[in-house]
Formats: sequence, structure tokens, C-alpha cells
Amino acid sequence: MGKITNEELLSSINSKFGDQIAVTGEPFGLLTIETGTDNIIGLLGYLKNDPVLQFIYLTDITATHYPEQEKAIGVVYHLHSLVNNLRIRIKVFIDAVNCHIPTATVLWQGANWMERETYDFFGVIFDGHPDLRRILNVDDMTAFPMRKEFPLEDPNRVDKKDYFFGR
Amino acid sequence: MQNHPVYTDNDPQNENSTLNLGPTHPATHGVFQNVLQLDGERIVSGVSTIGYIHRAFEKIAEHRPFYQITPLTDRLNYCSSPINNMGWHMTVEKLLGITTPKRVDYLRVIVMELARISDHIVCNGVLGVDTGAFTGFLYMMEYREAIYEIYEEVCGSRLTTNIGRIGGFERNFNAKAFTKLRKFLVDFPKTLKEFELLFNRNRIFVDRTKGVAAVTAEDALNYSWSGPLLRAAGVDYDVRAMNPYSSYEDFDFEVPVGENGDVYNRFLVRNEEMWQSMRIIEQALVKLEKEPSDIFHADVPDFYLPPKEEVYNNMEALIYHFKIVMGEIPTPNTEVYHSVEGANGELGFYLVNDGGRAPYRLHFRRPSFINYQMYAPMSRGMLLSDAIINMSSLNVIAGELDA
Repeated sequence: MGKITNEELLSSINSKFGDQIAVTGEPFGLLTIETGTDNIIGLLGYLKNDPVLQFIYLTDITATHYPEQEKAIGVVYHLHSLVNNLRIRIKVFIDAVNCHIPTATVLWQGANWMERETYDFFGVIFDGHPDLRRILNVDDMTAFPMRKEFPLEDPNRVDKKDYFFGR
Repeated sequence: MQNHPVYTDNDPQNENSTLNLGPTHPATHGVFQNVLQLDGERIVSGVSTIGYIHRAFEKIAEHRPFYQITPLTDRLNYCSSPINNMGWHMTVEKLLGITTPKRVDYLRVIVMELARISDHIVCNGVLGVDTGAFTGFLYMMEYREAIYEIYEEVCGSRLTTNIGRIGGFERNFNAKAFTKLRKFLVDFPKTLKEFELLFNRNRIFVDRTKGVAAVTAEDALNYSWSGPLLRAAGVDYDVRAMNPYSSYEDFDFEVPVGENGDVYNRFLVRNEEMWQSMRIIEQALVKLEKEPSDIFHADVPDFYLPPKEEVYNNMEALIYHFKIVMGEIPTPNTEVYHSVEGANGELGFYLVNDGGRAPYRLHFRRPSFINYQMYAPMSRGMLLSDAIINMSSLNVIAGELDA
């Protein structure tokens, strides 16, 4: 088990960032905090470089789309402190139209493709990214397909309507 | 008679040549495209293009109930589908708060370790083929077939297994499965030993692999590498040991670690992992004897489909069947991240649930995708033939790369 607890982690972050972060929960023991675009790189850098916390491993970057919210795109970072065996989830909510967030490639080279994937599917623009292109979809695609308004299939298709299956 | 071309100052031989390695190149074992700039045989720079078999699994998953997402996970890393299946089941079980009986955990461990062995058989066997030795591949491939036959006994299919259900397995392991498993545990070590004798000190193989594509631990962590690649670079991060799932804490096994992360180290780490996997399976078989032999799923009627005969003859079973299929059972409104040690590294599932029958958002942390992004940068200055071996030892599986 971990050498430091979520409470110690949180108090360490609070001492540095104070009211810049908000705790949104601790689902299944994974501390989840929220911050803004101004602080995200500072926070990630602090977590990575702090000699006690040592969140040196970037597990994942992805996003979630909540169309009904004012700030509709939530960019989600998962970090892992291998020394302490502790994980943390950081969320940054940004506007769906003007969705800019600073890049984490300044801290981890591995963030490169994760951010390209997030851009490809959600249209999140990572400012300062060295090579922000689509990665899995074709280059000339105009939509961002993981956004909720993008239909899974052609909406004009009728052969898969529910009433054919008694639903 | 044809004139020979006269070379001028703009000699094309002095310029870099462009090579399209892929998307369907026989040396790359899958759909990978790398546009390389070559100076003679040396790679000056390269750009990876991926996404040729992108199938939008994350989008499809948002429209499917939990139990119908298992077949999608099959098609991520199709060399070791059971690990993906089990990882997904465990993610949902974590979300729903289901605890599985010990026997289910041990059966899962057996299946997952078999999958790890079959994946490493392919990777290390093919690494031999790419360095010019077909024999090892031929010997080892026989045992992937043996593993697939065990899958057949357990679930009926071989490659895309769809093995297990939320809460356990769809049926109990039959006697034939255990017989085949025991036979495998007797036969395979001999072949693996022979395989190691063929390669580990083979001059040609060692010359081709030692020092090729060496990666420091700092670089590997910087690029978020995981699995055998990270361990070959000297970092002892194994999800099974660090965050045990499915009762891995009950087992005694070692995490092999390499020194300098070159192709040779990766090969050795994978070989040693196969030995450790067999050790785990043997322990699991011993532990299974102490468990009641008729338990193969948790008692969660809300999520585990009842047997078909009962659906027709039993009121409760019919109700549960209906509720499961129609997705009428409320699920917690929360989010969960669960990761398992896939054959290529940390396979993570980030599931955001809004209480409905399908995930609100599901993201796969795919080790192949994250491991592969160092390929083009690390190929700079490498010989083309070394780059081929490097790709082979990264064990990037196109299905997992492109999701």
C-alpha cells in the first residue's frame, strides 16, 4: 500500500495551490481534483517534481463531454506516483467552443499522442503542442466524433430502428 | 541500347530517399505505416501514421450495455484477448461493488496467465523470425495452439474469446480443460527451455539484438512506457504486483527486470515472464483444489445472466433475465479507473457512469498506443534492419494501437 495517503497528498497540494483547486470526490480511493487552465501545468509540474509526491508517471490523458454544462469538455489526467503507489485524477473543465488548454508535453514526452488523441476526438486544442494533428481519424475530417452530438451511425438509416426489434 | 544515366551535382544518390514502410509491409506484422527518410541504410527521420484499423470502440461502447462491451475488448489486443475481457469485467465489478469468490479469481488468473504466455510466444517467436531464425517460432507456435485449445474448452472460441461474464464465467471449467492445462504445463517448459537454448547465447541473434534500440529508464518513464518494455529498461513496475487484482496477492512470483532496455533485454524479460506465468498457473491449480469446485460466478443475479433453462421454467430467473437485457437495473453514478497488467503493459479502463445501461464515457488506456509513440523518435540514426527488429520487439498490436 501507499506510503502517503490521499489526505497527506491533498494537504500538500492545498499548501501550494490553496483555493485554485477543488476536490470533487474520492471514487474508489482515487483522489479526484479539479482545477483551471491557468494552473494545470503548474499543478502537474508540482506533482511530478515534488520530492515527496513524485507523480512521475503520466498514465493517461483523455476527455469527457457534458453538453449540458456551461464548460462542456472535461479534460482528465491520470497520474501515478510509482514510489508511493498512489494515483490521482485531475480534471479541467473548458468551454466546448473555445477549448484551449496548455500542453503537458513540456513535462512528459508521452503526453504527445495522448493529447493528439484527445484533440482528434474532442477538438481540445493543446496550446504549445509540437504537432497537434489528428491521429486515428482521417486528416480531412471536420467533426470531433466523441462529442455527444456526433451520431454513432448515419441518422437516416432505418434498418436499425428500435421498432424492428420490438422495442 | 539504353543510355546509362549521367549523374550531375543534383545527384539523387546524395539525397535522402523516402521509404514508405507500410501500411502493409511484410516486415511489420500488422497495419503500421512509417514514412522514413533514409540516408543509405540509416534512418534520418521518420513519421508514424496510425489509425488504419480504427473502429471507434469508445464511441460504440457508449451505446452498448456493459455486458455487450466485452466483445469490443476482444479486438483490442487480439493476441491476448482474455486479459482484456477480464480487465473489463473487473472494471464493471469494481463499479458495481461485486466481490468475486476466490475460485473465480484463481480461474481468471489461470486464463490471464495463459493469455500472457500466448502473447509472449508470438512476440518472441516473431522476433526470432525477423532475425532470421524460423525454427524457434515453429516450435513455440505449437503451444499457442495448445493454449487456444484450452480457451476452446473454457469458452468455445479461440482468438476473440469473449471469455467470462460480469461476476465470473459463463460456465464452469470442464475436466478436459484441466487435462489440457496440465498437459500444457508438462510439455511447454521443455520447448521453452529449448527455445532459450536456441536463442539466448546464439551469436547471430545476440549480435542482431544486443544494444539495439536501448532505452534508458528515464526515457521509458517519460514516454509512459509500461509492461515488459518498461521492465526491460530497469523499472520494476508491474500492475499485478503493485495494485493486485483478481487475488494476485495470493501468488508468489517474481517481476523480471532488464538492464538497458534493448531488444535483447526485452526478449529475456518476456521469456522469464513466461516461466513466472507457469509458476502462477501451477500455484493456482493447487489453490483451486481447496475451493468448492461448483462455484464459477459470484451470486449477483442483478448482473449475471441466469441459465437459459431456468429462464424458461423459473419466474425469478425470467425477471432477472428481462431486467438485465432491458438494462433496467440502476448502476452507481460515479467514475472508475481500473488497470490490469496486459501482455504489453498497463491496460486501463476509465469508465464514467451516469447510472444508465451503457457507459457515459469509456476510455481504454491502451499500452500499444502509448508504447508506440517513441518508435519514430527512437529510430533516428538506426539501421533500417534494426528498426524492423525494434518494432517487432515493441510488440505493438494494431488492434490495440488503433482501438
